[in-house]
Amino acid sequence: MDQAIKTTPRIGDRPRPRKNYLNETRGFKSWAFTLDHKRIGIMYLIGVLFSFLLGGIFALLVRLTLLSPTHKIFGQVLLTAEQYNRVFTLHGAIMVFLFIIPAIPASLGNFVLPLMLGAKDVAFPRLNLFSFYLWLTGALMALTAMVFGAVDTGWTFYTPYSTTTDGPVTLMTAAVFVLGFSSIFTGLNFIATVHKLRAPGMGWFDLPLFIWGIYSTAVIQVLATPVLGITLVLLMLERSFGIGIFDPRIGGDPVLFQHFFWFYSHPAVYIMILPGMAIISELIPTFSQKTIFGYRAIAYSSVSLALVSFIVWGHHMFVAGQSQLATVVFSALTFLVAIPSGVKVFNWLGTMYQGNIKLDTPMLYAMSFLVLFAIGGLTGIFLGTLATDVHLTDTYFVVAHFHYVMMGSTVTAFIGGLHYWWPKMTGRMYSEKWGRVGCLLWNVGFNMTFLTQFFLGSKGMPRRYYNYLDQFQPLHAFSTVGSWIIGLGLFITAAYLLASLRKPADAPDNPWNGTTLEWQTSSPPITHNFEEQPVLEREPYDYRPVVAAR
Amino acid sequence: MSTTSVDLHAHGHEAEHAHDPHHQHHFTTMEQQFDTSKIGMWLFLVTEVLLFGGLFVGFGMMQARYPREFVEAHTHLVRWQGALNTVVLLISSYTMVLAVNAAKKGIKSKQVLFLALTIVCACIFLVVKYFEYSHKFEEGWLPAKYYSYKGDSLPACMEKSAGPEAAAAAPTTPPAPCTNGYATFFSFYFMMTGLHGIHILVGIIILTWVLIRANRGEFSSSYYTPVDLVGLYWHLVDMIWIYLFPLYYLIQ
Amino acid sequence: MEWLRRLMMPAQGSEFAKEIDNMYMGLFWLSVVLFLMIAIPTVYFAWRYRYRPGRVTPHNTHNTTLEITWTVLPLLLCVAIFFWGLKGWMEYAVAPGEAMEVQITAKKWLWQFEYPDGSRTINDLHVPINKPVKFIMTSEDVIHDFFVPDMRVKHDIIPGRYTEVWFNPTVHGQHVITCAEYCGKGHSDMHAVLTVDNDAEFAKFLETGGTEWEDYFNGKDPKKTPADWGKVQYETKGCNSCHTIDGSKSKGPTWKGIYGHMVELNNGTSVLVDDDYLRESMLYPNAKVVKGFEPIMPTFQGLLKENQIKGLQAFIKSLQ
Repeated sequence: MDQAIKTTPRIGDRPRPRKNYLNETRGFKSWAFTLDHKRIGIMYLIGVLFSFLLGGIFALLVRLTLLSPTHKIFGQVLLTAEQYNRVFTLHGAIMVFLFIIPAIPASLGNFVLPLMLGAKDVAFPRLNLFSFYLWLTGALMALTAMVFGAVDTGWTFYTPYSTTTDGPVTLMTAAVFVLGFSSIFTGLNFIATVHKLRAPGMGWFDLPLFIWGIYSTAVIQVLATPVLGITLVLLMLERSFGIGIFDPRIGGDPVLFQHFFWFYSHPAVYIMILPGMAIISELIPTFSQKTIFGYRAIAYSSVSLALVSFIVWGHHMFVAGQSQLATVVFSALTFLVAIPSGVKVFNWLGTMYQGNIKLDTPMLYAMSFLVLFAIGGLTGIFLGTLATDVHLTDTYFVVAHFHYVMMGSTVTAFIGGLHYWWPKMTGRMYSEKWGRVGCLLWNVGFNMTFLTQFFLGSKGMPRRYYNYLDQFQPLHAFSTVGSWIIGLGLFITAAYLLASLRKPADAPDNPWNGTTLEWQTSSPPITHNFEEQPVLEREPYDYRPVVAAR
Repeated sequence: MSTTSVDLHAHGHEAEHAHDPHHQHHFTTMEQQFDTSKIGMWLFLVTEVLLFGGLFVGFGMMQARYPREFVEAHTHLVRWQGALNTVVLLISSYTMVLAVNAAKKGIKSKQVLFLALTIVCACIFLVVKYFEYSHKFEEGWLPAKYYSYKGDSLPACMEKSAGPEAAAAAPTTPPAPCTNGYATFFSFYFMMTGLHGIHILVGIIILTWVLIRANRGEFSSSYYTPVDLVGLYWHLVDMIWIYLFPLYYLIQ
Repeated sequence: MEWLRRLMMPAQGSEFAKEIDNMYMGLFWLSVVLFLMIAIPTVYFAWRYRYRPGRVTPHNTHNTTLEITWTVLPLLLCVAIFFWGLKGWMEYAVAPGEAMEVQITAKKWLWQFEYPDGSRTINDLHVPINKPVKFIMTSEDVIHDFFVPDMRVKHDIIPGRYTEVWFNPTVHGQHVITCAEYCGKGHSDMHAVLTVDNDAEFAKFLETGGTEWEDYFNGKDPKKTPADWGKVQYETKGCNSCHTIDGSKSKGPTWKGIYGHMVELNNGTSVLVDDDYLRESMLYPNAKVVKGFEPIMPTFQGLLKENQIKGLQAFIKSLQ
């Protein structure tokens, strides 16, 4: 196998080009006005990682406040109830709108998607840059809102609380509105790119599964985000002019806001998880050195998850006053989500079976994903089931569940993908040893923090609570210690990744023996991606020796 | 996924580049570029439809809550003004089609003429809207808490005593007259026609920009993408009005 | 496995709670099995098929039988779980017809409970044991959520609307009520105590008209005087539909300045308005009707508790 692969042209043993996308032009302007999808991807990456840091600091603050029922650290009260409410709102809003939603599509997706398609750029490079600046504007607006006292509505902005509370809610809402449009334009760009800019010979079922995942995500971004946009406009008008659509005092309906909000925000959950699954679908075949098992099943499951995501929003509102018929129907539909998710997981396991598995850092993250996503998905059954949801909803059980899905799954996949494409993006290899240490700490810390919260929730601890009953203290303390371990793990990860940038470029073009097109150009790629237009001759993930295949 | 190289770069890309200044480097052919732009525009239009869709759904739900008030409130709208605006927009759609056709054929004078006519229609629409709005402001038919019109047959506010068991416990002072449904109707009226008006305004700006470019003779049969895309946008804006008009002015 | 249930769930306050717990534990064990079905192969494959230079991997692209199996089996399982959950939900959603009704008004950040006989309490809910209780809830400001962990029920409380929830308590003693929908600064302190009484205790509780009135008579809070308590009765018991407090005319005599004065009655005599007369007028309204008014007032006997009568007397006295 090794012999056979070495004779194929796909290992990059060409001489490293002198000019690449990073050093072809220099200076601030060459980045600020770049139309290169790779540079825009890198700028997004820096932006979302900064947001992740900020959101993470707020998360640590929340956990630290809950360490003891008196909220005292070294005799000082860390946060008051009002401050605590603002901090958890900021944590949620920053993590959802500034970090997870753009994390994979806009940063890694932007960088990798055209490369995988064998294209020179995305369909609309200017729109791509515009979308980045929209993101930046939204981020700055959110920061401004923070400076002016921040909001305490929770990231869900539920009316009538959000229309009556103090603070710069309108500015924060406007920030999310702008961020929404950034997301729409990214999705629109990707759809057009996948439709029209595939390499010659690349049919729909020759697309790498990462593209299928990002494409499904883009469909949701384009179809769901406008509804969030109009909902936020209504909220802003409600606050500024009292239009009364959501205000019960003048005939409005606060539950209508929840319908509107979840019509976007439930599909948004899939904007977060589908790209994570998309990365895992790349990592597992590459590190198993085996063709993907059930290519079409995985591709179709991405699309069907995207579609199902639009008809299950009501499961956020089982006890929130929607009609009972709606509740029953939404519960039934919610179970549909389990099927494509399960299909994906089983096919990934089928891919590992009889593989030749290299446990490099990205693969370790992929395996962590399988385990953490299993927990996240299975606890979803408790919440989708009507009778048990009544007890569990709005408690820490829900908090733990969605952290397993968003953080344990999506962020794990994001970190795995970051390691996987790091050599391609920067031309450098990172320290494998420290990579494994980071992954271990991540897993230990994460499970300590959030497995505990399932017990807190089922015991009856509601979410968004500043004060809690003394009986919950040991579990809270355990969870807080877990959050420190996560912090340490991420700190180590950031340290060795940044350290790798200091050494000379040493990454081969194809360090993992991947089969998709991004590994066929140099590391880092040249500005126009490929020296020559690649043409697809074999389906993706084909690990048969070339001689045998011909 | 092994590859061989095909040298499209030298032939396709460089050669076309010399021909057409509008050709962007990452597209192989002008045709591919045109198709891609169209896909992009259609997707954008889908987001616009969903943006308005949210408001339409909200309107529907509130109408179900206040059926009587909504029917009464809509009689305050002047039907002939809505009808006039509908006709004006239909004409503008037609002139837009003619402008795109002219661009396709590369006839400069006709492009300029029809684009100008489209802009004129759009302006007429806004003028009519101005008179409509100012009339409503005078009468006090305003959104929610600004609603100050006194001539409605106001029912009592039912909010507090809506629950069947609440009647006994509820305060027995006669409930205050309630503008709820009427005000909500006008909230939606101003939001939906206002958002549509903003789209018309944006349309006028883009049309003017395309008009200037057409006047410079930039469009020909090989490159008329901007005219075509603006045309698509304009048709969508018209189409939304085609839905708004019966919703607000006609439904009994 | 009782210890495991106790580890995960709060105390069981009703038969419904037991059902929910059975279901929860069923789902728990199912999840454990499914989790192991994913986690064990992941780890086992990583070890069994660990990297060996030169190993050629088989080119298995798919297996339709397997795909159908792992689509259909989970689907069947999901259908079964859905109906299981639906069964419990129907029980939760439909209150028995004979249930006692308690009104709940939630506001930032307290709970007000009102019983069928008008007794009221704040943050202190008493219910009789082994009798279903239905709660009719509304909010005065933002959305709250009535959550009783021991009964395994919760429901949002929405301003401008009435929502319902019910349970049938079977365990004597105290339980926690908490707010489960974020409502601002005091959200995490918005607790109430649920006391499940036996029949004798509950009857005694109702006899005194709840516990809220005590706050108005113990003199601790200058904003809560007996007269304030009377004002609450004036507004909630329907007095305000016939009696004004600003001197204007209505179906009954105004209360302003009436206390301590003589009034003429329709039988030609006069009477001094004092505590005794007021009490008599509430309990036997047609015994002495003021001149110029119809004898239309209904009796409030049984509707007004002793503390409420005292409050109304103090309130009328204060209207000079």
